[in-house]
Amino acid sequence: MAIWFRHLVTDWLMLGRPQLREVPFVCVMPEHNRIVVTAASHRAEAEGIFAGMAAADAKAITTNLKVLDAIPGKEAKLLRQLGLWCIRYTPLVTVDKPDGLLLDITGCAHLWGGERGYLKEIVLKLRSRGYDTRAAIADTAGAAWAVARYGKVTPIINSGEQAGALPDLPPAALRLEPEINSRLHKLGLRTIGSFINMPQRELRRRFGELFLQRLGQALGTEDEILTPLVPPVPYTERLPCMEPVCTAAGIEIAIKKLLEQLCLRLQSEGKGARKVILKCYRVDGKLVQAGISTGRGSHSVSHLCRLFDLQIGKIETALGIELFLLEATKVEDVAVLQEKLWAGNPGLADTALAELLDRIAGKIGPERIRRYLPAEHYWPERSVRPALSLQEVPETAWRTDRPRPVRLLPRPEAIKVMSVLPDYPPNMFIYNGRRYEVARADGPERIEREWWLDKGTHRDYYAVEDTAGQRYWLFRSGHFDEAPEWFLHGFFA
Amino acid sequence: MPASQHHIISKLQQDILRWEGYKPPAGGKTGLGGLGRVEEAFPNGVFPAGAVHEVVCATPGEVAAAAGFVTGLLSALMQEGGACLWVGLSQTLFAPALKAFGIEPDRVIFLNLLRDKDVLWVVEEALKCKGLAAVIGEVSELDFKLSRRLQLAVEQSHVTGFVLRNATKKLGATACAARWHIRSLPSQPVAEGLPGLGPPRWQVELLKVRNGRPGSWVMEWDAGKFVTVDKPVEAEEGRQNYA
Repeated sequence: MAIWFRHLVTDWLMLGRPQLREVPFVCVMPEHNRIVVTAASHRAEAEGIFAGMAAADAKAITTNLKVLDAIPGKEAKLLRQLGLWCIRYTPLVTVDKPDGLLLDITGCAHLWGGERGYLKEIVLKLRSRGYDTRAAIADTAGAAWAVARYGKVTPIINSGEQAGALPDLPPAALRLEPEINSRLHKLGLRTIGSFINMPQRELRRRFGELFLQRLGQALGTEDEILTPLVPPVPYTERLPCMEPVCTAAGIEIAIKKLLEQLCLRLQSEGKGARKVILKCYRVDGKLVQAGISTGRGSHSVSHLCRLFDLQIGKIETALGIELFLLEATKVEDVAVLQEKLWAGNPGLADTALAELLDRIAGKIGPERIRRYLPAEHYWPERSVRPALSLQEVPETAWRTDRPRPVRLLPRPEAIKVMSVLPDYPPNMFIYNGRRYEVARADGPERIEREWWLDKGTHRDYYAVEDTAGQRYWLFRSGHFDEAPEWFLHGFFA
Repeated sequence: MPASQHHIISKLQQDILRWEGYKPPAGGKTGLGGLGRVEEAFPNGVFPAGAVHEVVCATPGEVAAAAGFVTGLLSALMQEGGACLWVGLSQTLFAPALKAFGIEPDRVIFLNLLRDKDVLWVVEEALKCKGLAAVIGEVSELDFKLSRRLQLAVEQSHVTGFVLRNATKKLGATACAARWHIRSLPSQPVAEGLPGLGPPRWQVELLKVRNGRPGSWVMEWDAGKFVTVDKPVEAEEGRQNYA
């Protein structure tokens, strides 16, 4: 299906400024030292002004012509917006520059009661939004394009009948280059029918390969590849609603229905969803999204449903949602688990644990969940690293040969100490304004800085115990005779 | 009182305990190993595993001591595999230290959150999850209603929960099975006259035990297990009464 917006930019300008409806106006842009009309409103066109004219000529035709500056790139932006809006009718929408859209409507029209109803729905909706629209449906994009722009009989070409519909149309309907177009005119070939039966060899010699390709694409003998505006997600389910949904309970039912379909498909293919996005198309034309992600592939309806439950509150329904779209943007293979009669203590591989972490990640954020693995560094801050996944196993063993505090301060805190002998633990230290007498101590344990990673002095760590029995991890930064600084770095159990 | 009456009363006590969810130890299995005489304080003489325990700790030092003691308990709970969730308000727990208390630090999942409300939500959700061995939550406040929610979650799943409470200003009644208070004590050197630190030593107080006998013990963590120390310790200064 091809949609043609005859006055795309001017219609848009009139929507913003209703007073423009009354007067003919044009958009102009400087080009090669002269000012050229890039778009003319329907009133201006009625006066005989067309895009491509010099602005001065246009002004000569009508006295009350209003001239506006064109906004570069506006057409592309408008087309993209309209294309995204059209996704409610079909998932495959292509922008057809400069002033059209191409829709692959295979298998979509029956939802609106056949092609006629489908076409009427789209054209009426677009016209009610203020865009002067023509559309046509045909087997090939080329034929639909031609009929949308030049067709006079019917906008719907039945399957396989494009060869019968094309001959009456002018050659420009084949999306030809202007140069070839004018050459055809010069030769008196004013309709497609006048050359459609000519031998291909002759046509190729005179008009080039592209001409034949365009002809073939219109007739359906050559393939045409359309690049969709939004790449289709292979695992997608959609649920149009008869009445706009605006309650949380309604959204929940919709999610459940969609998930049931999606999970059935995922399960039969042995896949699990890692990332699922719910797109809600609202009545007011806006799109609201909610997304969830899982730690490992899941095709359990109840689990995914619980994850979405946490997101429902974030969906703004406004006037109501008319279409739900559920897309599994990331899927992975999942191993089919055999049910166990005696469930042991499966540890980190447990499904219930993975589901719990998904729920927590959905509510609080995945960055707050951490698991640590040992890293091959002596420097305390670098001796652990966050695990990348729940399944990752440590590459090296955890070390127990040196005392390490249960609580490590995020950054060492400066303390004042009194120590009697060099290289001995302090006798007393003051931390946060409180005095601690050291009763016993162990150390020092010297940890050198990794010079290839950062610069600075080494640390001499002491484990000390105060008179109450509380243990602290202190260190001296640098050598004793260089006016060292002391820090408290942790608390032992 | 005749012997038959004693028998009837003890039988009734057993029944009540069973109705309240305390199962007598299965044949041969005696709850947590190593807690020694502390376990006698609990009903049936078994550490109640499928229950919520609260540990009060006021200072950062006490929090560290409580974390060490709880980790020691975890090592017994996680012996048969399983993972545990440590939900805290600040990320200061140092994973490598947990290895010294007998658990694999990579089997612990840490969560650092910002609000008490989030911690309690996560702890409650996690306590419902049967795949976990234990859940530890660090909060500042725990009121009766919240503790009962946690206890109800635990009764279904039989996961052990520990709640470390920081704000000890007002300690109301809670539905937890036990209230602990762990304080560090000066350690004894490994041998007489040797310098340096001995194994960590704590004053383990059971301030409240449901259907049990509260008490106070001196314990050490030595060579991978709890050891109850007999010698009474005089250092009682700075002791607060939380009971």
